[in-house]
Amino acid sequence: MTAGVPASARPGSAAVRALWSDRIGRTGVLLLAFTALVAIFGPLLFPFDPGAVGASSADILAPPDAGHWLGTDELGRDVFRATVEGARISLLVGLTATAVSIVIGTLVGLAAGYRLGVVDAVLMRLTDFFLVLPTLPLTITLAAVVGQSLGVIILVIGLTSWPGTARIVRSQVLSLRERQFVLRVRALGATDRRIVGRHILPNVLPLIFANTVLVIAGSILAEATLAFLGLGDPTRVSWGTMLHFAFVAGATGRGAWWYILPPGIGIVVVVLGFALAGHTLDRILNPRLRSR
Amino acid sequence: MFRIGYLARKVAVLAATLLGVATFNFALFRVLPGDPIRLMARAGNLTPEAIEKLRGVFGLDEPLPVQYLLYLKSIVTGDLGTSLTYRRPVIDIVAERMANTLILLVAATLVVVAIGIALGVAAAARRGSRRDTSTVITSLVFWSLPTFWTGLILVFIFGVWLAVLPVSGMTSPASRFASSGTDQLLDLATHLVLPTITLALVDIGQFILITRSALVDVLTEDYILTAKAKGLSRRAVVWRHGVRNALLPIVTATALYVSLIVGGAIQVETVFSWPGMGRLMYDAVLRRDYPILEATFLIFAVTVIVANLLSDLLYQVLDPRVREA
Repeated sequence: MTAGVPASARPGSAAVRALWSDRIGRTGVLLLAFTALVAIFGPLLFPFDPGAVGASSADILAPPDAGHWLGTDELGRDVFRATVEGARISLLVGLTATAVSIVIGTLVGLAAGYRLGVVDAVLMRLTDFFLVLPTLPLTITLAAVVGQSLGVIILVIGLTSWPGTARIVRSQVLSLRERQFVLRVRALGATDRRIVGRHILPNVLPLIFANTVLVIAGSILAEATLAFLGLGDPTRVSWGTMLHFAFVAGATGRGAWWYILPPGIGIVVVVLGFALAGHTLDRILNPRLRSR
Repeated sequence: MFRIGYLARKVAVLAATLLGVATFNFALFRVLPGDPIRLMARAGNLTPEAIEKLRGVFGLDEPLPVQYLLYLKSIVTGDLGTSLTYRRPVIDIVAERMANTLILLVAATLVVVAIGIALGVAAAARRGSRRDTSTVITSLVFWSLPTFWTGLILVFIFGVWLAVLPVSGMTSPASRFASSGTDQLLDLATHLVLPTITLALVDIGQFILITRSALVDVLTEDYILTAKAKGLSRRAVVWRHGVRNALLPIVTATALYVSLIVGGAIQVETVFSWPGMGRLMYDAVLRRDYPILEATFLIFAVTVIVANLLSDLLYQVLDPRVREA
């Protein structure tokens, strides 16, 4: 790389080290590591069979016992196994929707901040438009009209959550494009593609990284909320769909705390993990906050 | 107070945004799902003649640009179609529900602003202290709570387990026969407690964090040092010189807050069967009542957009620098 480029070679590893040395950040990482282990190995150890319904009415919404550690749901299926299975879908949707969102947000932010002029004006009006639309009503409407599958939910969440990222990236690019090292490589005749790809993007990445972690938390909450409102993929078990069926079956009124608590605690653990990590990264990596 | 040019530009952006929402709605509900008649009839056994006639009634035999203009005209004149489940004009149903949602939003916002500012200021005033750290962590925990799940838990604790508060609807059936107005008001208030707490609990986290970071920013300014050097009390420095200036970024965050609380209201109204716009939207999703869904989305969007404009204007009033510039 050209001399004078301040980007560290591997922004990721430095950020993770800084994260680990902070108490709040470390708590977040541990919560996430726990969830990841459950999502990866849990379903192998405790496979969930959606067809394994209860044999008699005594198995319906039964409290925890030796056979069912966290009781049974309204069809007599094991809540513990469903909760473990749900970790996979929640993480899968959260991560892929975030990938969609970050890619769009980064591209829009880079294009607007680097090109300026008409491109910037048009892209920023579009960003502002999406920014002022209320997110939940928007995602509900899209999911209800387009259909209920995992793919649709991922796209709906991804396509509605990028404006924040675009704004952050754009403001960072605006300051970077006038810096000495960028002006120097431009004077040397570097193409726009090279300037953006090799010199601007690497310097934006740390900020995108912190933002990504927070977007994942938001995406997981969004999936759970949509699924709770009956817009989840009915063929897959997620924490949100579990709570939807618990709500519709009147589990609260029937005192079935074992059906309400586990999926909700799952959501809180993973979202809090990302929130703690994201908050810490933001404090470490955000140039505006670093001095404080 | 405002410069005409500034105001005109804001109104132009508002008009463009509203037109954008209307266009988005049109594309989503008229173009994307295919034939609305087929949707209405739920693939029923309509004869081709009947379908043709219905298309004429709804103006669907016109070319798309004409349909678009007809659609804009119908929105402006308050004609939001007929509900598929209630068989009544959508505008009437929505009009009955809006006040109920407003009661909930106002109650929750008062709680969030009052407690949120107090806690955010207390944390920022002693930045880095134990109290500051625990406020930040608590706020992040509240932020991580799914609103609907928090509602379910509160229903379980206060409605089922302790059985001390009503958990469904806005009024008890008996209160309709209550003699005095105060009894009815009291009944409404007890029904309002749990939905308000749920909504406030989740949305307060973000508000505390925004208040805190805005004030932390301000407290590093030179004029704060000057105020301290003048020998002002800590209280006067923080509130009169700090909070007053921190209000600006807090007002800017209003837009974010309104979007957040509207989403929260949909969930809370669903859990507590609160007869407002949010519950209406949930029911419309379950029953695939597209005209209602379309109208609730339109109204939520317009509300948030207008709230944005108002927060922009409030910013002008609060900040003389922007006003003069």
